[in-house]
Amino acid sequence: MSIRKRIAAARRAVLAATLTVVSSLASAQTFTFTAIPDQDESKLTERFGRIADYLSKQVGAEVKYIPVKSYPAAVAAFRNNQVQLAWFGGLTGVQARNLVPGSEAIAQGAEDTAFKTYFIAHASTGLKNSAEFPAAIAGKSFTFGSKGSTSGRLMPEFFIRDHFKKAPDAIFSRVGFSGDHSRTMTLVESGAYDVGVLNYTVWDDAVKQGSVDTSKVSVIWTSPTYPDYQWTIRGDVDAAWGKGFKQKVQQALLDMKDPQLLQAFPRTGFVPAQNSDYAPIEKTAIELGIMDEIM
Amino acid sequence: MQSSSFPLIPVRDSSATAMVRTSALFVLVALLCLPWADLSISTRDPWQELARLGWGLLTPSFDNPLTLLEALANTLAFALQGVALGAVGGFLLALGYRRAAVRRFAAFIRAIHELFWALLFIQLAGLSPAAGVLAIAIPYAGTFAKIYGELFEEVDPSARQALPVGTGALSAFFFTELPQCFAHMVTYTRYRLECGIRSSAVLGFIGLPTVGFHLETALKQGQYSEAAALFYALVLVIVTLHGWMRAKLLPLYLLAVLVWLPPVAQFNGALVWRFFSEDIVPAPLRQGWNGEGLWRWLHALWSSQIAPGLGNTLVLALLALIGTGLVTLLTFPAISHLFGRPVTRAGGHFFLVLMRSAPEYLLAFVGLLLWGPSMLPAVVALSLHNGAIIAHLVGHYSDSLQLRDDAVTGLNRYLFEVLPRIYRTFLAFTLYRFEILMRETAMLGILGIPTLGFFIDSAFTEFRFDRAMLLLLVTALLNMSVDMLARTLRRRLHLSSQPESL
Repeated sequence: MSIRKRIAAARRAVLAATLTVVSSLASAQTFTFTAIPDQDESKLTERFGRIADYLSKQVGAEVKYIPVKSYPAAVAAFRNNQVQLAWFGGLTGVQARNLVPGSEAIAQGAEDTAFKTYFIAHASTGLKNSAEFPAAIAGKSFTFGSKGSTSGRLMPEFFIRDHFKKAPDAIFSRVGFSGDHSRTMTLVESGAYDVGVLNYTVWDDAVKQGSVDTSKVSVIWTSPTYPDYQWTIRGDVDAAWGKGFKQKVQQALLDMKDPQLLQAFPRTGFVPAQNSDYAPIEKTAIELGIMDEIM
Repeated sequence: MQSSSFPLIPVRDSSATAMVRTSALFVLVALLCLPWADLSISTRDPWQELARLGWGLLTPSFDNPLTLLEALANTLAFALQGVALGAVGGFLLALGYRRAAVRRFAAFIRAIHELFWALLFIQLAGLSPAAGVLAIAIPYAGTFAKIYGELFEEVDPSARQALPVGTGALSAFFFTELPQCFAHMVTYTRYRLECGIRSSAVLGFIGLPTVGFHLETALKQGQYSEAAALFYALVLVIVTLHGWMRAKLLPLYLLAVLVWLPPVAQFNGALVWRFFSEDIVPAPLRQGWNGEGLWRWLHALWSSQIAPGLGNTLVLALLALIGTGLVTLLTFPAISHLFGRPVTRAGGHFFLVLMRSAPEYLLAFVGLLLWGPSMLPAVVALSLHNGAIIAHLVGHYSDSLQLRDDAVTGLNRYLFEVLPRIYRTFLAFTLYRFEILMRETAMLGILGIPTLGFFIDSAFTEFRFDRAMLLLLVTALLNMSVDMLARTLRRRLHLSSQPESL
């Protein structure tokens, strides 16, 4: 180990120690969580207030929900110990856990063990649903969802690069970021973009509710599966709320069976998860240059 | 300079020629940019979504009035605190505005969009009221410094020359420059409050609890009736601003918002330290000095982000500048007393207030539905929004013109009586706006136009603060150059600074 590396390691150790002291001081407070659901962001406080009540009863501590809008803000709140538990997308969870050493993925949605991305296209493109990767999307205009989304950006970009061996800019006539799964659907439905990619649950829901005109826009390809949304908790919660607290929270999440509560996410239930489940997501993010390799 | 609300400037032929030349130059440069500007139209059926949007605008509704009121109160709280703090900071900077270093510093801090300041402060202070207040106060201080500073510079020097020898610099300032500028400063500061309310609303887009928080959700989900209710509430606050914002009530308002939303933050020492000692250090240098790695890092960023970002930002801002000018010239007569009737003026005011209150994001989205992704919706959105702001100012300015009783009417009045008289003011306003146009190009990632702001936003999304810092630095440098250029141009054209211009 070179001297330089040793100094860097020592500095990190000191920093980590200070961090623990400061954060344990800061957390003589209400256990707080946040969640950015993959669809329907309206009335968040109302819907997630019920989850807070449920958790509060289960873990025997005061639990509060705060609404957070963007992924960077959610991670910042997690990092600053303003929230100790968060419902993150696959990529955001990996980023958050890298920034907050000791934090852990404790549960994921039942659907999230094998999540999928739909590629959708406007009818005028003539593209049809197929089991093969739709190579004919080259040259069309194309929109991702939000930049930090796993199903709306990271994984579809991976599949696109994997097939074409080129960056999206070099394949499509234009590459946009709609900012959101529902927007992607609207923009492709109106033909503003030829092709788009989105979270499959958002699409399936819209079709069920009849809020999308499938004669104008349809699914042309379903991606292979990957892990996505999960609950991530800070490593220092046991120190603040007592030994075994983390496990109590995990159990409470796994025991959540009330469909009304689960509808907020929306998931059919939660199953256990661990950090290593998201190794493929991290590897992909590094490959795509969205994350730097952790040294 | 006169102390009337608009200075009278002697007309000089040479400067008139220079004005025409400058205008022609800008148009020419914009035309030269056209080959790099993708203005294609590619949409197929936007009408269904536009009909939904139109219906929403006609049927505003909001389930929970309390949420709406709370969001409005928060919007005002951030705006008032931010603008007040910005005005104090800007005033202090303006005292040293003769120094190039101070001018550059001011140009630097105002080059960075409120949203990016907010993202930075959220990293350091969490999602706290202080983060929102500082995000507005800092860039606004830069703008106030410029406007106040230029007012101080252009003040009539004869008052100061009349002072007895040995008068202290501070006394001289408070008894000569300040009184002469004060009316202008008040007008301008009140105008900035309107901007502050808009900025505060937009901060909601990234998670501060203002109107924008709910507006962004409603827009994203296509709940247009709800979006319309929020938008109209915001417009109402802005339209009535002149009615409720009285100098005497200001202390009361400030006290109220400080109680409502105390600007506290929970700074976490370790995180702040880590941010400065590690997060913003270029990735290749985190394990110690690595010159070669740094060079590769810079080179890769230059070719993939900085160079294309600079190009797109400049092309888009230039085209939007021309668009802004056109929108201004076409729409200011709608509110001018020299044209139309009270009814048409009311309509004109309504249109302009809608356009300048609408977040560019919304206008760009409508443009995107109509014309597909290209620079076209971006140019149109920026031009409408900024053109409406300048038209509002030029329209008011034109009211101060005195025409002969037998002056021509209609188009002839516009072309031969009014246009030559307002052109200088119009040009000064528009040149000032260039800086802001460059900053606002950041908001248009939905259109797939990678401007500098687009890459800064990406860097924040990827939690790469080192890249964000470098890109912010480039943006600030660009802004400082444009600021110097505009200053030179204004000198050459004898354009006075017009405080209401930003």
